Amino acid sequence: MEKLKLEIVTPDGLVFSDDVDEVTAAGSEGEFGVLPGHAPFLTTLKIGMLIYKKGNEVKYVFVNSGYAEVGPDKVVVLADSAEKAEDIDVERAKAAMKRAEERLKKAEEIDFARAESALERATTRIQIAGRKTTR
Amino acid sequence: MPTLRDLRKKIKAIQSTQKITKAMRMVAAAKLRKVQDRMLNFRPYAMRMDGVLSDLARVAERELHPLLAVRPRKTVEVLVMTADRGLCGAFNMNILRAATNYIESRKREGFEISASSIGRKARDYFRRRHIPTRKIWVGLSGRVTYANAQEIANDLIENYINEVFDEVILIYNEFKTILAQKLSVVRLLPIGELEAEKAPVERAITVDFLYEPTVEVLFERLLPKHIEIQIYRALLESSAAEEAARMNAMELASKNCDDLIKRITLQANKVRQASITKELMDIVGGAEALKVK
Repeated sequence: MEKLKLEIVTPDGLVFSDDVDEVTAAGSEGEFGVLPGHAPFLTTLKIGMLIYKKGNEVKYVFVNSGYAEVGPDKVVVLADSAEKAEDIDVERAKAAMKRAEERLKKAEEIDFARAESALERATTRIQIAGRKTTR
Repeated sequence: MPTLRDLRKKIKAIQSTQKITKAMRMVAAAKLRKVQDRMLNFRPYAMRMDGVLSDLARVAERELHPLLAVRPRKTVEVLVMTADRGLCGAFNMNILRAATNYIESRKREGFEISASSIGRKARDYFRRRHIPTRKIWVGLSGRVTYANAQEIANDLIENYINEVFDEVILIYNEFKTILAQKLSVVRLLPIGELEAEKAPVERAITVDFLYEPTVEVLFERLLPKHIEIQIYRALLESSAAEEAARMNAMELASKNCDDLIKRITLQANKVRQASITKELMDIVGGAEALKVK
């Protein structure tokens, strides 16, 4: 069967590189799914979850905004940062969530957009870490 | 013939020089390790980004964004990246010689040249040769940040869009291995290959991209970021290559010190031996003289 080469890179290194069967990711205009043979496609990504399927395995990856290039046999994700579900530091995410919430509550002289995206990053991380690898 | 005292003094001096070169080697090695990690981690990202952009440049309407558009070229900006400090072998000289050759050859082709320098050594070199520079950045090597790359990229993009120059060439040392750097001459702008260099077959088989949100929004964000990333990568590569070159230069210097010390020690021993022999001859001669009487 045809495969997709999925590569996730961030400024801090290559996070993931393998042949997979199916990829679903959070584009800025909504979620999109990719199967082998997809038309060339370029999109921005928002903070969200990337799901890939390899055989019977389904895995989750946290992606913190960036870009994705899709070709017939490849998906290249250029993310600002990314972590596999099992690598997410839940404690840190929880702490970050608390911090962001407090800042949003005060809501004075702070960069609202920044605090909000920090909160979104934290909650998405926690959500993804909570998902178990399904087989 | 130098006296024994002179020779001993010389050995002392060389020994203390060697202490310094050894210390500098260690410092360079430590710095190299730090910047090399950053560079190696960043490389895949920069390379993928470059891949995406060249795919894009092949199929996209080049007129959609000024950074992609190929317009008639008249002025070429040559950005030369060196280190801030010396004592790193031929590192800086290689770059500067290549840059000079490149500038000369483009001039012969009839282009106007505008030169900019990154690093103290490039600045000093252009100044000595009375080559006017458009822009000078110093104090970057060794503590490169992404903000530095952004600053340089913004300046280039702004002047490119305002048609101060029509092409940007970056000359820097790429980190190959600890023992070798590779001189790199890359075109930053316009993005992608130029029409003339492109194989015409390729265009026929490629299909157009689908874009989300829209192609304009995407280009507006992606293209400047691409330039920033390529510059950041070059800064990291150059810093790593610089520290590696310095490490090797200092290693070599320490070895030369060893050789010198060995040679002078040998000479000192000879001098010492000769003076002992001479004294012995005196004593023996004196004893013989006494015996005769």
